[in-house]
Amino acid sequence: MELTFFLQQMINGVALGSLYGLIAIGYTMVYGIIRLINFAHGDVMMMGCYFAYFGILMFSMPWWVSFAVAMVLTAVLGITMDKGAYLPVRNAPRISALITAIGVSFLLENVGLVVFGGRPKGFATPAMFSEVYEVAGLMVPALVVWTPLLTLVILSGVLFIIHRTKTGRAMRCISLDMETTRLMGVDVNRIISVTFAVGSAAAAAGGIMWAMRYPEINPLMGIIPGFKAFVAAVLGGIGNITGAMLGGLLLGVAEILLVALMPELAGYRDAVAFGLLILILLFRPTGLMGTKLPD
Amino acid sequence: MKMRHLVVALLALGLAASMPAPAFSQAKSDTIKIGAFLPMTGGVAAYGQGSWQGAQFARDMKPTILGKKVELVLVDDKSDKIEAANAVTRLVEKEKVVAIIGSSISGNTLAGGPIAEKAGVPIVSPTATNPLVTQGKKYIFRVCFIDPFQGEMAAKYAYETLKKRKAALIIDKAQDYCVGLADFFEKNFTRLGGQIVAKTYCQTGDKDFTAQMSAIKAKNPDVLYMPNYYTEVALAMKQAKDLGLNVPVISGDGAQDKALLDIGKQYVEGLMFTGHFEKEAANTPLARQFIPAYEKKYGKVGTFDVMGADAYFVLADAIERAKSTEGAKIRAALASTKNFKGISGTMTIGEDGNAVKSLVIVQVRNGDFRYVATVEPSGAKPEPKKAAPKKK
Repeated sequence: MELTFFLQQMINGVALGSLYGLIAIGYTMVYGIIRLINFAHGDVMMMGCYFAYFGILMFSMPWWVSFAVAMVLTAVLGITMDKGAYLPVRNAPRISALITAIGVSFLLENVGLVVFGGRPKGFATPAMFSEVYEVAGLMVPALVVWTPLLTLVILSGVLFIIHRTKTGRAMRCISLDMETTRLMGVDVNRIISVTFAVGSAAAAAGGIMWAMRYPEINPLMGIIPGFKAFVAAVLGGIGNITGAMLGGLLLGVAEILLVALMPELAGYRDAVAFGLLILILLFRPTGLMGTKLPD
Repeated sequence: MKMRHLVVALLALGLAASMPAPAFSQAKSDTIKIGAFLPMTGGVAAYGQGSWQGAQFARDMKPTILGKKVELVLVDDKSDKIEAANAVTRLVEKEKVVAIIGSSISGNTLAGGPIAEKAGVPIVSPTATNPLVTQGKKYIFRVCFIDPFQGEMAAKYAYETLKKRKAALIIDKAQDYCVGLADFFEKNFTRLGGQIVAKTYCQTGDKDFTAQMSAIKAKNPDVLYMPNYYTEVALAMKQAKDLGLNVPVISGDGAQDKALLDIGKQYVEGLMFTGHFEKEAANTPLARQFIPAYEKKYGKVGTFDVMGADAYFVLADAIERAKSTEGAKIRAALASTKNFKGISGTMTIGEDGNAVKSLVIVQVRNGDFRYVATVEPSGAKPEPKKAAPKKK
């Protein structure tokens, strides 16, 4: 009984943690390359959910087409965001870009409120993702299997782009020294746009998985997952893509175990997540995976 | 250089000072300004959206009070307590409204209440059900029943009608509503002889309840009481069923928005709750007039739409009886509201500014809200009714 309970809670934790990890991948990737904490990442994720929602509902696309289209549209949004908001402050002090990111975040939220309305919408989960398997008395939702799988696919995809392609090499160069990279004849702005496109598409994928597990979407839904993904990214060592996934898992399991073992403290789960962030920043600012840049 | 700054500053000052003037004088002359602070965005946006639409429709049905045109001024409280306090301050100080409708939830009304109380501007809340909202306040009223009543009725329904003995609770610690309602349920359920086998907590904004639901499942309850808002109820029910926790779920009035059905889909099937209104049970003249007209314009009428409209009608009635837009006189008229036939039923404003009225038990069946029974405020055992509900 106790063991089943514990294992079930671990499954719950992994289910939540893999979502944090998936969202954190895009977050940490953009940071690793251009040293920008993209606070709008959670809101980009929200836009991805709405694209998928409207794809299914209004254009009655099959879910996989809708999800693919949503990822492409979100990638385009990422590029637009970079060209419109971040490019003009590229050579300004880093704090300007950070403030711009906060501005973009508010912009997306409020545009979302005007266009989609504040009333939450229910996300339609395709049947294959809403099943639940019973294994030895444990309830395993299909998404607990699919989310880590998708996370692995996206993780390897992103690692492949960074390590095995020419664009990826340029990204790594930019992360080391943007000026020198420019002098070597690399179109830095194009590479950064690609970075935003990939990061945003990953955010959309994370958002869609999130919306299937918690099928309520609203224009402010990205705020908390965005913050949690940020904590996950810092926990894993910001800029480190594998670390982000591990950080996410750790955070998810920690949150669930807190609620499971100390139900009285359930109200403090967010406080614990952010407390963890403070501790990490105080004692191990480079995170679990050390100081390595995405190399 | 300095001179120029001074001129600019003076010009800006003059401009700022001149702006509110026309609005103010207009309010004095031929319009009555009624404010509204409602959650139009954020966690409980569906309540505010519904009540605002309902209140506006009610205003269009009754556009003049005391021969003056009514202007409704909305401020979004963003489902947040601090924003709610700011909203009331703005309505009182900047918009100079004569009375206020709001807010949808207890926590926000509690936060905004003291400001209006101090300014002597009456507030009528459509759906804030926690008893503390009006307790000890002269200017705060509501057109809904209060939580001791619905908590008691939910406990009785679980114990007597459903014959359940072991209940589990999930409580949102950040919401006065959830904490209060869970407490009233627990007191009555244990007094009847039932047992609370699991008590779990969550926080507004949580999306993941798997840890709580797993813990509840391990305690084997036969009924689950979930006095939360629609998003939390829908998500928690989905996760409960995913985890194989298939016991009847009872909730409070916060469940009754179509967003619950939209988010929860097949997972909220069978949910029972105590609510303010269900179309099948509505039989006042105002209901017969309001509902068809409203449904023609907006489709199916929601409970929170109706409560927003009722708040407006009760307020309009009070202002007319007061024959004045003075806060103290409106307050006195509100406090003496008797047998007002609103859309959601007949209400009398009783002690502490609370409406004394019946509640309905509603169940989700085939993806829609279905009327089950009406419970009169005297506190009788909820009886399922076959025919039309009792007429007063």
